[in-house]
Amino acid sequence: MPNKNPGVQPHFVAALEDTPLVAIDRLDETAKARSTWADAWEAMRRRPTFWISSGLILLIVLVALFPTWFASVSPTQCQLSDSNGVPQSGHPLGFTFQGCDVYARIIFGTSASVTVGILAAVIVTLFGLIVGALAGYYGGFLDGVVSRIGDIFFAVPTVLGAIVLLSVLPDRTPVVIALVISIFAWPQVARIMRGAVLTARNSDYVVASVALGVSKFKILVRHVMPNAIAPVIVIATVSLGTFIVAEATLSFLGIGLGPGTMSWGRDIGEAQTSIRTSPQVLLYPSIALSLTVLAFLMLGDVLRDALDPQTRARR
Amino acid sequence: MTQLATETVKQIPSTDSAPLLEIRNLEVGFRTQRGLVPAVRGVNLMLYPGQTLAIVGESGSGKTTTAQAIIKLLAGTGHVTGGQILFEGRDLTALTAAEMQAVRGREIGYVPQDPMSNLNPVWNIGFQVSEAIRVNSGLRGKALKQRTIEVLQDAGLADAADRLKQYPHQFSGGMRQRVLIGIGLSARPKLLIADEPTSALDVTVQRQILDHLATLTRDYGTSVLFITHDLGLAAERAEQLVVMYKGKVVESGPSQEILANPQHPYTQRLVAAAPSLASRRIQAKKNQEPAATEIFSMGGIDTALITRATERELAASGKDLISVEGISKMYRIRKSGLKYDELLAVNDVSFGVKKGTTTAIVGESGSGKSTVAKLILQLESLTSGRIDFEGRDVAGLKGRELLNFRRRVQPVFQDPYGSLDPQYNVGNTIAEPLLAHKVGTRKERQKRVLELLDQVSLPAATQFRYPSELSGGQRQRIAIARALALKPDVLVLDEAVSALDVLVQGQILNLLTELQTELGLTYLFITHDLAVVRLVADNVCVMQKGRIVEAASTDDVFDNPRELYTQELLGAIPGGDFEFGR
Repeated sequence: MPNKNPGVQPHFVAALEDTPLVAIDRLDETAKARSTWADAWEAMRRRPTFWISSGLILLIVLVALFPTWFASVSPTQCQLSDSNGVPQSGHPLGFTFQGCDVYARIIFGTSASVTVGILAAVIVTLFGLIVGALAGYYGGFLDGVVSRIGDIFFAVPTVLGAIVLLSVLPDRTPVVIALVISIFAWPQVARIMRGAVLTARNSDYVVASVALGVSKFKILVRHVMPNAIAPVIVIATVSLGTFIVAEATLSFLGIGLGPGTMSWGRDIGEAQTSIRTSPQVLLYPSIALSLTVLAFLMLGDVLRDALDPQTRARR
Repeated sequence: MTQLATETVKQIPSTDSAPLLEIRNLEVGFRTQRGLVPAVRGVNLMLYPGQTLAIVGESGSGKTTTAQAIIKLLAGTGHVTGGQILFEGRDLTALTAAEMQAVRGREIGYVPQDPMSNLNPVWNIGFQVSEAIRVNSGLRGKALKQRTIEVLQDAGLADAADRLKQYPHQFSGGMRQRVLIGIGLSARPKLLIADEPTSALDVTVQRQILDHLATLTRDYGTSVLFITHDLGLAAERAEQLVVMYKGKVVESGPSQEILANPQHPYTQRLVAAAPSLASRRIQAKKNQEPAATEIFSMGGIDTALITRATERELAASGKDLISVEGISKMYRIRKSGLKYDELLAVNDVSFGVKKGTTTAIVGESGSGKSTVAKLILQLESLTSGRIDFEGRDVAGLKGRELLNFRRRVQPVFQDPYGSLDPQYNVGNTIAEPLLAHKVGTRKERQKRVLELLDQVSLPAATQFRYPSELSGGQRQRIAIARALALKPDVLVLDEAVSALDVLVQGQILNLLTELQTELGLTYLFITHDLAVVRLVADNVCVMQKGRIVEAASTDDVFDNPRELYTQELLGAIPGGDFEFGR
């Protein structure tokens, strides 16, 4: 029978079997519990970039700790007769202007570069984390003072500031270099931490904790810091790479590590003199430097994807 | 058994025999790492010219996805994987992006959900409206400006000409929603899709907007597709109803018929849980004829709630547990330089709460109801007045005494997504207050956590889970468990069920009243939702602009509201007079 008034539609009821009712708001008890960090690990594990970069970083750290495992030739026993020599058996990458083995120098130079990078990253992160957290959480006068001091250091380019400072320091060990870099690099971490703490501080769970009677400092340590730390971890990983570059730059300019220490930056600087005749002497330490920096940048990238709630939500 | 509220909906006789919009077996899926996840599974619906159709369902039922599929605005990785969307006989799923652009705006208008984020804050209102008109009509210069003013006036902004140069932040939520409706209707589309157009607004504003929308669509003969979670709104504003559940249509047809006589078990469940002003009237009936009890005990949460309310009334003692006397809160809003504007958020408010009862503070946004809650919780300091708890002034409590007060008066907040620390698992979250107050040993705390989980009807295994893995309702249970950990006397529930789906909301309300009877709790219930108040509260304070305009027992307020404002509030509730089939 044709429908006389098409505007009125029949009452349709679906069969119950099509969409069986589920208990209201039931908890899936079979699911595995996953914290933010377990979640992040799960996400990272599936990324090849994570495995490549962390494998590379592991290798670099091993080389830095135990250079003798990787090179049997001494980097300091050089013969001028080998100056800028081509590769030969036992010396796969040839010789420097001074007649030293290029491969051995790269292997033994890793330690200084990596030490400076890691040390600077640790100092910057710890200092920036604490200062930024206190400034963001307590606000007011403290925040004003800390932020302005940070701005002053932030305004000075790291390398420029380091050149000025290092030119008056007599003893230029890796620790000193790391400290000098840290002096000019901490405001970045402090700023990021401050911003993240400001967001976390105003969240409902913090208000809930206040109402529960948890003390202000305990709230900072237990709730605010853990929720604000993710972006700092990312920036620390990325800046580790840039600190290695900063060390290389300073050493290249001749005001980095002292003459007794081997480092990629120094080698690149010394290779300048023979760049026309034997460019490979410059090339190999540069490749080592680039690979190291790349590894840390890649890891930072993966970490950011895994920890950033916005990219997490998209998965 | 039920009475149709026919006067609220005008049946528009349709002369056109062909449907304007016909959706056939629509399937939409989202691509994820775990493969294609279906969101809409074989939806059929028809909408005739001039008709209003409402799609109702809880979050995740696929109602918004269906609407977005019509105008090809599916978020992220969503794709139409099957079926047809016929608009005037044309299959929209087969159109190219360019062809679709011509349909969007000109033939199908769209009013998005959130008026706060859907206007661009860097452009003025005039520009944003005229942009939409220019694209769809090709008008330029003076004519364009003239039309822009017309569109805004049509949408209910009388002084539109003066407001063109204003920016979104200078508009209230209701005004912004009017602008969005104006944009949606600017090209006189044949179909308007409105996705929860008023759920972010106060009821009185919602009523104005819906009335206005109805006038506009009647004048232009526009068909409207409402997406809503509000059954009352559907009953009042739509002729046709489509009930969605888990991506499927479980029931469809004339809305009042369905809501008065739901057939599918899911619809029955939904209708039974819908809080409505008619709820307590059932109690009145029940008291008169005890024989009728069985009929009502079948469906819904009402009967259980009513029994408990009666028990509370009998048990209530004569003395106030909390007594609030003439409290005020002044906020100083910084203006340029050293100048301040003063805002009196709470103005000379007094009321008392008896032990073991529920007092609701109702009001629209900006009425100061949440500030009252914060003042009582000692999260904000009083400007003047006095708050007594068990006869002792609590203002200015410090150290140990404040800690003891906090132990006895606990809050539950609105947002179940924000009030739990995402880094803490459920067990640690619930144990936190115990730890903060140094209660018990590790083992005892662990035992108490399990006890509390049981009280809020969650399995023991929940303690190892993290908030991100739980639903809104489950999180709210955790928040309640945490609040109960220290065995408090008072819970301050600030919009504690407002963000939840209606079925989950019913469940939580049921849980709250159950716990109240069991533990002798006193509730201070802050909400904007009068229908919920009717279900759970013994006494009501209606707030407007920082003042209490009416305070009385729930039945008095609902049955004989004395103040004009209260009457307006009650009148504005969509479907307030509609008696759902239960």
